[in-house]
Amino acid sequence: MRIEIVDEAIPAEAIVAEMKAGADGAVCVFDGIVRDNTRGRRTLHLDYEAYREMALEQMKGLAAEAVTRFGVRDVALVHRLGRLVVGETSVLVVVASAHRGAAFDACRWLIDTLKTTVPIWKKEQFVDGAVWADGEPFPAAMAVHSGDDLEMLG
Amino acid sequence: MLGYSGLMRVRVLYFGVLRDLAGHREVEVELAEGLSVAEFLAFQRASFQRASVAEASQLWDSIAVAVNKEYARGDVVLRDGDEVALLPPVSGGRGL
Repeated sequence: MRIEIVDEAIPAEAIVAEMKAGADGAVCVFDGIVRDNTRGRRTLHLDYEAYREMALEQMKGLAAEAVTRFGVRDVALVHRLGRLVVGETSVLVVVASAHRGAAFDACRWLIDTLKTTVPIWKKEQFVDGAVWADGEPFPAAMAVHSGDDLEMLG
Repeated sequence: MLGYSGLMRVRVLYFGVLRDLAGHREVEVELAEGLSVAEFLAFQRASFQRASVAEASQLWDSIAVAVNKEYARGDVVLRDGDEVALLPPVSGGRGL
């Protein structure tokens, strides 16, 4: 599994190519790129920062869980940090599997879960100011307070 | 090491909007031994508010805490030498 946090451009096509193996019938790719606006406000660039060591551990955990949960053969998960401009890849998810159903499901689960659990933040620079993007709430298992649920992660 | 018992030293890390509000990414603090994550978070919230850098309570209600790089519940007890990170809701990955 190729799990990385990088500071330079993500070589998406090369990563997808190296993920393919003879046993695979499908490779599902999610290429997350920087959009030119947020709710109509024009974006100049995004600055991504991370709690790097923890983020990498979380990403490794997600990739391993995707393999067991969906039965896919291999996963690549790469996130870029630093300043990104419109059109650049911020995150790449690649899932290789014998069948397409599991590949689609695992790919969707990986990006959705990464988005709410991996400690990475982005600051959006607009023509008229900068703001930290609002994140989605943490899942109950990660929250400090979550009612009576005392189950720890994993 | 500390010269007397009763206090512990932890390293506190701030990320995202909290780093901007704190004005720095990390700080070492001395705390009473036996302090829980929930108590620590309440102290941090109060000290940010005293410094007039209070954000909407919505932000503080949504913060997660990592102890030694793992998400921690409110009842986890902090130990001397711990690395404690305050994590605003994350926003990596794709656009909104």
